[in-house]
Amino acid sequence: MSRFWFLFKSTAVRLSALYILLFSICAATLVFYVTAMSQRLLSGQIREAVQQEVDVVRRAYDLGGMNALLRAMERRTRQPGANLYVIAGPSGDILAGNVASVQPGVFEETGWTSVPFFYQRYADSGVDRRHMAIANIFVLDNGLRILVGRDLGEPERFRVLVRQALMIALAIMGLGAIIIWFGIGRNALKRIDRMSAASKKIMAGDLSQRLPVGGSGDEFDRLSVSLNTMLERIEKLNEGLRQVSDNIAHDLKTPLTRLRNKAADAIDTANEDQRRLALDGIISESDQLIRTFDALLMISRVEAGSVAAEMSPIELSTIVADSAELYEPVADEAGLLLTSSIEPGISIQGNRELIGQAIFNLIDNAIKYSGDGTGGEISLKLLRRPDGICLSVADHGPGIPADKREDVVKRFVRLDESRSKPGTGLGLSLVEAVMELHGGTLELSDTDPEKEDSRGLTVSVIFPVKPA
Amino acid sequence: MKILIIEDDLETAAYLTKAFREAGIIADHASDGESGLFMGSENSYDVIVIDRMLPRRDGLSVISELRRKGVHTPLLILSALGQVDDRVTGLRAGGDDYLPKPYAFSELLARVEVLGRRKGTPEQDVVYRVGDLELDRLSHEVRRGGKEIPLQPREFRLLEYLMKNAGQVVTRTMLLEHVWDYHFDPQTNVIDVHVSRLRSKIEKDFSRPLLKTIRGAGYMIKDEG
Repeated sequence: MSRFWFLFKSTAVRLSALYILLFSICAATLVFYVTAMSQRLLSGQIREAVQQEVDVVRRAYDLGGMNALLRAMERRTRQPGANLYVIAGPSGDILAGNVASVQPGVFEETGWTSVPFFYQRYADSGVDRRHMAIANIFVLDNGLRILVGRDLGEPERFRVLVRQALMIALAIMGLGAIIIWFGIGRNALKRIDRMSAASKKIMAGDLSQRLPVGGSGDEFDRLSVSLNTMLERIEKLNEGLRQVSDNIAHDLKTPLTRLRNKAADAIDTANEDQRRLALDGIISESDQLIRTFDALLMISRVEAGSVAAEMSPIELSTIVADSAELYEPVADEAGLLLTSSIEPGISIQGNRELIGQAIFNLIDNAIKYSGDGTGGEISLKLLRRPDGICLSVADHGPGIPADKREDVVKRFVRLDESRSKPGTGLGLSLVEAVMELHGGTLELSDTDPEKEDSRGLTVSVIFPVKPA
Repeated sequence: MKILIIEDDLETAAYLTKAFREAGIIADHASDGESGLFMGSENSYDVIVIDRMLPRRDGLSVISELRRKGVHTPLLILSALGQVDDRVTGLRAGGDDYLPKPYAFSELLARVEVLGRRKGTPEQDVVYRVGDLELDRLSHEVRRGGKEIPLQPREFRLLEYLMKNAGQVVTRTMLLEHVWDYHFDPQTNVIDVHVSRLRSKIEKDFSRPLLKTIRGAGYMIKDEG
């Protein structure tokens, strides 16, 4: 019983119950309408037939007087059928005809009886059985009343039959609907049960669980698919979070320890200059930590999509040109040549600050990892491609082996050879997060694939082009 | 200069008050939004420094209410919410500057001084002068000792901003904000490189240095001759 109530709590079952109710009302209305219409048609036919009889009888009387009328009536009573023929005296007592008695008062009026009346047949004597009829009564000039009528038993039986059929049909339909409804409901319930079982596991912490997809492509499947997509994203974010906390433990503990040691040294040292130096070191160490935290916060906010609201049309060409101009002296100081080839007039929908920071990071990385050789070149390119708008920063440094490219995008991952350089290890992670926010992609490739020792690295970001 | 600090963390407020006092700035303190609003609208300050998250009344609503009451004191928002969109909301609410936490006090001091100086000092000077260095904002000419120094447009704007705030510390992020219009910390020495290029242009052939690096804070242009 509780399971039944549980079933009734489900929307699908409630909806089907509502459909069944509405359908039954419609079906009942239709059937009642049909029976009422057919009954009306039938009674019209009856009246017409009675009227014809009346005309025949009346004509017989007009042509041949009372005798002819009696003959005509007698002939007609012998015919099969259920017509009623009665001759009654002025007071309503039956003189002749095929009826034993009629309901009192019937003969008081003439013309069509306003309502069906009861009568008894000769065959019914001693049995309390009454029949119903309608009739047309007319008065002869000698004062006798003639009643021509027709039994309503047949149409009445028809009516009862139709109503019975309707009831049976409705009962069958209702029963079938309940069975089907129960089946559907149970099926839906089972699927929901499976879904809630999966979500319970997910809630317990197993984010790798997915909701079942039957493959039929129905509403449940679509719901499962979109929930699964959501879960995938949550899992990815969660994985990122876990990775970050691991990395914080690894990578931030070291500078924090250094910071602490420097402070301890500063306390111990008696020399004022040395103390000042140590404090300076502490400040720059904490600045570096703050930067790392800022970068981390920025990445997580970009990934959470909370900065997406700040999207506006921006001219990418100008931003890239500005960045080139900003970094040109920096490259110059590092003994590198920063060249740029920028297709003018490229605009996208985006966040200027984030894209600016991403470009800064890319150029900064290129300068940082261009190797110690002087005279290197960093080329900045912005161009339209069939697959999108491509911005690439190419250096001629040592490059990154293909098998390590996936790693460098991860947070805090810095290849061993770059550990000596300053940085947070978050630059490319931020670029990737920014690109993801803008629906774009990040690609790493060799600048000079044919060179053995220093292939160079080209980082390309591709912004999607929206159809105009 | 007299400023109002609206900050609920008493330790921070005490540190700020002391540090400002050492820098020659009188600082009053309000510890919640309501009293901050009251003090800010009843007294006259040169600058108001306000935390964004405050008890009893949110910082942003204090700012809008002050502005609604016709208080036009320059206002600097201090906040742990430091992303671009947070800054935009803060500045749109009526703030004049925004500094995300954690911040270096030198940065805060530099910004407060710039804001305080802005009050009542119209920017109508066509020519900025520091010692024998002249910058003409109309003709975009820079001269020192009568000798013209050719500058790139961006170098010109850099020098213009430094000279506009002559005698005040200007931090790296302030330069990135006002000269390049980017509101984040580039986390590299990119600004230093530009400043050192500019420095070499305006000081190379002259005996007296004008542009000073303020350690841990930023830069200042000043004639100490």
